Amino acid sequence: MNHRKTLEPMWWGLFSAGGVVAAFLIPIHIVLLGLAIPLGWLPGSAEIFQSWIVRLYLFVLISLPLYHWAHRFSFTMSDLGLRPIRKPLAILCYGSAIAGTVVTAWVLLRI
Amino acid sequence: MSERTVSLKVTRYRPGQDSTPTAQSYEVAYPDDWVVLDALNFIKDHVDGTLSFRWSCRMGVCGSCGMMVNGEPRLTCSAFLREFDSQEIRIEPLAHFPVIRDLVIDMSGFLDKLKSVSPWIIRDTEKDPSEGEYLQSPKQLDAYHPFTACINCLLCYSACPIFGLETDFIGPAALALAHRYNEDSRDQGSAARWNAINDHNGAWQCTFVGECSVVCPKSVDPAAAIQRLKVDTAKQWVRSVLLPWGQK
Repeated sequence: MNHRKTLEPMWWGLFSAGGVVAAFLIPIHIVLLGLAIPLGWLPGSAEIFQSWIVRLYLFVLISLPLYHWAHRFSFTMSDLGLRPIRKPLAILCYGSAIAGTVVTAWVLLRI
Repeated sequence: MSERTVSLKVTRYRPGQDSTPTAQSYEVAYPDDWVVLDALNFIKDHVDGTLSFRWSCRMGVCGSCGMMVNGEPRLTCSAFLREFDSQEIRIEPLAHFPVIRDLVIDMSGFLDKLKSVSPWIIRDTEKDPSEGEYLQSPKQLDAYHPFTACINCLLCYSACPIFGLETDFIGPAALALAHRYNEDSRDQGSAARWNAINDHNGAWQCTFVGECSVVCPKSVDPAAAIQRLKVDTAKQWVRSVLLPWGQK
């Protein structure tokens, strides 16, 4: 049994994890950073970004939804008629997500 | 019993005679308890004996009489004429399949796909019958029982927009049956089904539109089965990457 015949389980796994992050963490993140701290409901300072746990959290929060987008967008475009260029489209979408992940890691390491 | 009249606009295609399918209308007077299949049989017996369609049990068990009724995949034996408000009902062959004649579709592609997932119990070793049955707990039965009701009527394939675009997609019913046998505690054949499931034309082609489960006349929920297959396959894939020496 060749379990590594295709990489689709990996892309789907990232899509799935990205969906969970987008659905559960982003709304909480918006409430915390977009409302609670600016309106003074909670104390906040830029110091928290020095924490590795916060950086890891931001890495997960930003990078995984990129794979969710890549997978969904590539399949939707295929279904809307771009099926003949499915492979280059997938390379463009997943490639953009990988590029976004690298940029995210780079920015977070430089904070 | 009171009778009403309806016009059935039936797709006709006679190979060697018609170059493309055409529609033919038949006026039918029907009592309250008639289903679409009764009207088609009336036409076949009394109006036009050349009309071809599949049917058998007339009670939603055999899965033969699936057709597009007003654009929706239905078992014609359970689609009552009285439920349609319109004076005209369109009857067409199941969508996304090649047509052999009139309302008869070619299901050979589906039969090949069905065979590719080995939808039967596979055992490494068989017990001697004298040792008794393979016992299952109610929990083990529940794991696969909801997926056993499939009657291979193919309504789910006609409802699936992905199958309409990509006819190589193994499709809802075959994947639901693959899941049904993978989940059966008596079965040891998930490895034999792996290649068909873990393929671009297997579970990964599905984008979870969910129409298959909406039209299923037996409430099988193939969409849920496919998502479960995706989770199981992704978990096995991660395990194979993290523990490559654990693979047979």
